[in-house]
Amino acid sequence: MDNGYAIETEGLTKIYGSGNTEVVAMRDVTVKIRRGEVVALLGPSGSGKSTFLTAVGLINPPSAGRILIGGELVMDGPKALMETRSFRRRYIGFVFQKSNLIPFLSAIENVQIALEVNNWSASASRRRAMELLEYLGVSDRADQSPATLSGGQQQRVAVARALANQPSIILADEPTAALDGRLGRQVMELFRKLAHEQGTGVVVVTHDHRALDVFDTVYEMEDGVIRRSETDAMRTISSPVEDDQKERGAT
Amino acid sequence: MNLAVKDIRHNFGRFALTTVGVGMLLMIVMGMSGIYRGIIEDATLLVDESNADLWIVQRNTRGPFAEVSRVPANLVHRALAVPGVETAREFVYHTIQREREGKPIRIAVVGLSWPTDKGESLPLVAGRALARNHFEMIADRRLGLPLGERIRLGKESYTVVGITENMIGSAGDGLAFFTVADALDIQFDIPGEAVRLERQARFVRGTLSDLGRKQPALTETAFKLPWEIPSLGPRQISAVMVNVLPGTTPQSVAAVLAGWSDVSVYTAEGQRELLLLGPVEKVRRQIGLFRVLLTIIAGIIMALILYTLTLDKLHDIALLKLIGAPNRRILGMILQQALLLGVVGYGIAFLIGLRIFPRFPRRVILTDGDLMQLAAIVLVISVLSSVLGIWKAIRVEPNEALSG
Repeated sequence: MDNGYAIETEGLTKIYGSGNTEVVAMRDVTVKIRRGEVVALLGPSGSGKSTFLTAVGLINPPSAGRILIGGELVMDGPKALMETRSFRRRYIGFVFQKSNLIPFLSAIENVQIALEVNNWSASASRRRAMELLEYLGVSDRADQSPATLSGGQQQRVAVARALANQPSIILADEPTAALDGRLGRQVMELFRKLAHEQGTGVVVVTHDHRALDVFDTVYEMEDGVIRRSETDAMRTISSPVEDDQKERGAT
Repeated sequence: MNLAVKDIRHNFGRFALTTVGVGMLLMIVMGMSGIYRGIIEDATLLVDESNADLWIVQRNTRGPFAEVSRVPANLVHRALAVPGVETAREFVYHTIQREREGKPIRIAVVGLSWPTDKGESLPLVAGRALARNHFEMIADRRLGLPLGERIRLGKESYTVVGITENMIGSAGDGLAFFTVADALDIQFDIPGEAVRLERQARFVRGTLSDLGRKQPALTETAFKLPWEIPSLGPRQISAVMVNVLPGTTPQSVAAVLAGWSDVSVYTAEGQRELLLLGPVEKVRRQIGLFRVLLTIIAGIIMALILYTLTLDKLHDIALLKLIGAPNRRILGMILQQALLLGVVGYGIAFLIGLRIFPRFPRRVILTDGDLMQLAAIVLVISVLSSVLGIWKAIRVEPNEALSG
């Protein structure tokens, strides 16, 4: 029942606490992200970006609203309609501010582990992991420990891990924050390449306004409310995917 | 991919130090058990090695190993007259402390019933059995007396003609075997001046008594050496060991001997039990309690180590959960590390113990049963000690991986 959307949210709301201590971290967020679409999510600290990311990443259930992944209803309010960990394993990839590689595994093993937990055999997972590292240009460092890799190489390995199970969506939380401008742009362009070549939806939470031209769509969040960025609206006038983008609702 | 092994290889130095620490702790637990076995073995060694069916000891005593026991040497002849008795041997046992090369040396003296017993049945590792009824001895290696060494005990010197191994008394002192006559000479060695004074005292007592005044020859007799005086009893030995004829039960002979009002009789098994219930019992309980405490401490330390190792990996565990690793994989990693810690620690304990225990002043005996029991205990405490780490790992939320 694939409708071409990597992820859809409807009226997503997250409330922490209750009564006088109630804080609305995310309010009525409705977003549709197509396969192959690269989306930036901007906003100041505390605006609800991470809450949105953890909600659609099936880590932190919303208080209300629905989440569909690959057209399949996964969360209906706080209630998970399936086993979230196995669903996350198969359909969602994560990339973090720091590369978050497991220090006691080599670069290739960091990718392999994502495959092995999805029941890949050791040999098949190693083959697939090596392909990904080659694709991302770090295969020559496959057997190195994460500590011996540069920041950019570590982030590429992390991207390879996120891609390992061919997820419907990659959620990236400030993936370039620890990188210099040139490396940061390289990683953003890598996301774009992956999205367009592999049809993966990519959501990137970022503060880096220098690379916004890489994204198909830019959203901004403030006080838990999401809206399509003015910058993005201006930019998409000349975009060849303008028609598609009009369908991407942002409330 | 085995996450437990990967993590250990990554932090090998820390794991190695930790396992050595746990290993040393387990070695102490192992050693306690070995010391306990050693005490039992040492305590019962003579009873077991003597192969006697019955022990005749001083009335109302628990035998020469538990307390002082004195019976007349001629008890041997009385015992031999009992139907069903094949052999009766004198047994002398006492401990002496002397000085050798400026250091104290404690010797558990055992008298062999010459010529019936020359020590041929002893586990000799060098030299020979006794060939003369005087001035020769067989010494245990623990005494540190080399073959051919002459050692002065009392008024005489004795030559070491044989060396045994692991022949230890119940107090942990090395055994030395002499003829009964020599053993008694060593035990009742009295300085010449004391002998002269005693003879003089006997003579004076005789002259002061009516009998002495009426029969002066008696006072002359009283002035003689003790064994030349018929009215003085024979020398005292510690016990008499009896072996019964084939086809006769020790119990039936013991029933006869039990009727004698001047002695008590025990079967070999009874003597063994008395030993274990008497002098060894308190030590056994004390060591047993230490063992239990050390096992608990080892469990607590292992639990804390595993908990700390898990705390160090919480971020990685959250990350594994985030990428969808099932709980069994994460918990398996902690459990495998706990088992590795226990198994490697046990191996270290065993290897170090094998090298160190022989240097202990008392015997440390590692039996297969005790080693298996400790291995099982280590496995159990490994599993139990991982519970705290597993509990912590279960509570980790995947979103903790996002906190950087």
